[in-house]
Amino acid sequence: MFDSTSIIVGLEMGTSKICAVVGEINAANALNIIGLGQARSRGVRKGEIADATLAGEDVRNAIVEAEQMANVEIRSVYLGVTGNHIRGFNNHGVHPVVSADREITLEDTQDVVKNAKAINLPVDNTVIHAIRQHFQVDAQHGIQNPLGMYGAKVEVDVHVVHGHVDRLKNSIAVVRGLQLEVEEIVFNGLASALALLSNEQKELGALVIDLGAGATDYAVSCDGIITHTGVLAVGGDHISNDLAYGLKVPLGRAEQLKIERGGAFVEEALKGQTLSSAGDLGLPAKIINLEHLRRIMSLRLEEIFELIESDLSALGLLDRLRAGVFICGGGARIPGIQTLASNIFQMPAFLGKTNSISGLKSALDQPEFAAAIGLVKFGSLQQKRKPSAGLADGLKKTFAEIFRR
Amino acid sequence: MNNPLEMPAEAPIKKKILLKVFGLGGAGCNAAAFAAQSASNEVQFLAVNTDSQALEACPAPAKFVLGAGRTHGLGAGGDPELGRAAAEDDVEKIRSFCAGADIIFLLAGLGGGTGTGAAPVFARVARENGALVLALVTLPFDFEGNRRQLQAQNGLQQIKAAADAVICLPNQKLFKLLDEKTSVVDSFKISNGLVAEGLRGIWRLLTQPGLVNVDFADLCFVTRDRHTASLFATAEASGDKRVEQVLEKLLAHPLLDGGQALNESDSLLVSIVGGPDLMMAEVHKLMEPLNRQCENAHVIFGAVIDETFSGRLSVTLIASRQREEPVPLPRSLSPDNVESLHLLNTAANDRPASRFIAPPPELSAEQKEQLMRGQTARSRKKLSRLQKELPLEIVFKGRFEKSEPTIRRGEDLDVPTYIRRGVPLN
Repeated sequence: MFDSTSIIVGLEMGTSKICAVVGEINAANALNIIGLGQARSRGVRKGEIADATLAGEDVRNAIVEAEQMANVEIRSVYLGVTGNHIRGFNNHGVHPVVSADREITLEDTQDVVKNAKAINLPVDNTVIHAIRQHFQVDAQHGIQNPLGMYGAKVEVDVHVVHGHVDRLKNSIAVVRGLQLEVEEIVFNGLASALALLSNEQKELGALVIDLGAGATDYAVSCDGIITHTGVLAVGGDHISNDLAYGLKVPLGRAEQLKIERGGAFVEEALKGQTLSSAGDLGLPAKIINLEHLRRIMSLRLEEIFELIESDLSALGLLDRLRAGVFICGGGARIPGIQTLASNIFQMPAFLGKTNSISGLKSALDQPEFAAAIGLVKFGSLQQKRKPSAGLADGLKKTFAEIFRR
Repeated sequence: MNNPLEMPAEAPIKKKILLKVFGLGGAGCNAAAFAAQSASNEVQFLAVNTDSQALEACPAPAKFVLGAGRTHGLGAGGDPELGRAAAEDDVEKIRSFCAGADIIFLLAGLGGGTGTGAAPVFARVARENGALVLALVTLPFDFEGNRRQLQAQNGLQQIKAAADAVICLPNQKLFKLLDEKTSVVDSFKISNGLVAEGLRGIWRLLTQPGLVNVDFADLCFVTRDRHTASLFATAEASGDKRVEQVLEKLLAHPLLDGGQALNESDSLLVSIVGGPDLMMAEVHKLMEPLNRQCENAHVIFGAVIDETFSGRLSVTLIASRQREEPVPLPRSLSPDNVESLHLLNTAANDRPASRFIAPPPELSAEQKEQLMRGQTARSRKKLSRLQKELPLEIVFKGRFEKSEPTIRRGEDLDVPTYIRRGVPLN
C-alpha cells in the first residue's frame, strides 16, 4: 500500500453528483490522478446538505468506487464547500517597520499579514480562506516578497472567503460520519480556478465560472492572485425547474430535455419547431415547442452571467481579465455557452480544461470534475508546503481554518 | 416672494437684521424662555399662549395672552380649531408684534391646541408683514396618543404651507437620548433644550457673515418641499481632537439615527463655526466623512469665524430627504376620513376660520343629477385606488419550494427568469 501522506483525495459534494478524486504525489514530486469515484447525489440542494442520511450514503458510494479504482484506502479528504452563505471580500493590513535601519524582517511580514487577517465577521460566520495578495511597501505596489527590502511601512491585502459556521459543519459532519477525516475545507470556486488556470492565465487575469447544478461559483484571478470570489445559488437545477414549469412536463422529463435539446441560444432554425413525445401508451402525449425550451434556458443562463458581470463591473474587475472567461461544471456542456458568455462579458470565453495534472487523461477531461481535481491540487500544494514552510507559488500561502471539534 | 434682506444698491450701511422669536403654546413658551436665557439683546422674545395661568408661570421676558375674548385665558383645550380661532381674533395684535422684524422664528409643540392652531396663523401674518418665517416645531411622543399625532401631522402640513422653512423634531426620537431614570419633566426639558439649541445654531448661521456664507435661501432649499421632517443636530467640541470629537458626536447623534439618517438624506446643510484658528485641513477632515456618509445628497456648506470660538468648533447639520415616509395612521381613522380632514384643513387655511355656513345653493333637478353622478364617479375612483392588485399568477417554485430562497436585489431567483422578465411564451 501507499504511504497515506502521499495520497490526496478531493471530495466534492455537488447537487447532482458526489465526486471523489484520488491523487498521488509520485517520486518526481508531481501530482498524478489515480482514481475517480462518483455517485448520484440525492441529499444536496443548492450546494448545501438537505438530507444528511442520503448524502452520507452517496458519499460512501463515491468513496468506495474511488478506493477500488485507485486501489488505496482513503482516510482523509479535502472537502469542497459552496452555498449561498459563502462570501468573499478583500481586507487590508498595515504595519510600521520598527527596526532601526528600516529593513523589513520576517516578523514584519508576519505581523502585517496578521493585521490584515483581523477581520470583523458576522457572529455566526467563520473564515474559510484568507489568501494573501501582494505586499505594498510605502507607495510601491505589487511586491511579491518584501523580505530584506527597506521602507517605513509595509501593507498587504488578503482575500477572505467566509461562510456560515453551522452550514459548513453540516457538510463536515456527513464526511466525519463515515469515519473519514476532513483535512481542510476549500471553497469550490477556488478549487475550480486552481484546476483550470495555468500560471500564465492567472497573471493575465481570468474569470472562472463553475456552473454547477445547485450553485454557480466564480473566482477572479488577476496578476497572479485571487482578487474576488462569489457564489450565486442558481444553477442547472433551476434550468430544469424552469423548463418543467414553462413546458408543463415532469421534472425528470425536463432534465432529459435540457440535456438532449438544450442550448444557450434560440436559433433561427428552431423557431416554430416542435417535438412530440410519446406517452406511456405509445401515443403522442405532449407537444413541446423547442423555441420555448431554448428561450427559457437562454434567459436563465443570461441572467446568471449578467449577475456575475454586474458584480465584477461594480468592483472594476472586468477590464483586468485579459485571458478571458473559463467555464466548467456541468453547465459547460450546454451548447453555445461560451458564445453566450463572451457576448455578455465582452471578452473571449472558453471551456475550461484541466490540463495541468497528469494521469487518467480521458476520464478526467470533463468539465464536471474540475472542482474535485482542483481540491486534489489544493491538497498537493498544502502537503508540499508542509515540510518547507516557504512561500508556495500559484495560490500562494493559504491560511485555512481547519475545523476541529 | 421678495427677499426683504436685499438692500437697495445705494444703501451705504447694512441694516441691522431684526430677529424675533415667538413661542406658541405651552411647549413653545418653554422653549422660548429656555432660549431667551442665553440669547443676546438683539433678539426679541415673546411667549404667546391661550392659557394665562401657564403663561404666568413662564419665565419669558414678554408675554401675551391670545384670544382672551374667546377662551377667557383658559387655554384651547387641545383643540387646534380653537387655537386658530383665538389667533384669528387677535390678528391685528399679531401684526403689530411682527412689525419691523426681518426674520421671525416660531417655536411650537405640535399636537395640542394653541401651538398647532395658532402657528399657521402667525406664519401667515408674519409673511404678510414681509418677514421670513422659520418654524421650529416638535412632534408629540408616541405615548401621547394617535389623536395628538394626527393633529400634529395636520398642523405640520399647514405650517409647511404657511412658513418659509420648517424644521421638525419628532420627540419620539428623544427616547434614545433618555435613560430609564429620566423624569418626565427632564425629558420635556431636553426637548426644549434641543429646540433652543437648533434655534441658536440657525440664527448664528443666518446672522453672522460667514467665510463661506450660508443664507436663508440655502436653508429654504434644504427644508422646503420635503415631506418628512427635516432633522437637525448640533455638536460642539474644543481642544486638539475637536474635529474627531465633533464627528463622533454627530454620527452618534440620536436624532440622526446614528448617522443612518445621513445616508438617506438627499440634501444636507452643514454650518461650521470656529475661531480664527480654524484650519482648512480641519474643515477638510470634517467634510470628507460627512460627504461619504451621504453620497447622494446635495450638500450645502457654510463656515463662520467667530472670535469667541477660539479653540472651539461647533457644527450644525440640517438634513432632509425627499422620499415620503408613510405616516402611520391611527387605526380608528380610515384613509378616507384622513383625506377629508386634510382637504378641509388646507381649504380653511386660505381664509380665516368662520362659523358661518352658507346655505346650499338652489339647484335644478338636472344640475342635481349631474352633481350626484360626478360624486359617485369620484368615489369609485377613490375605491379603485385603494384596491390592491393581486398577483395574476401564483408561481410554484417546484423543487425549490421548501429550500431557502435565493434573493438578489429583491428578486427571488428561484422563480423562472422568463416569468420575472415577463417574456411571453405563446
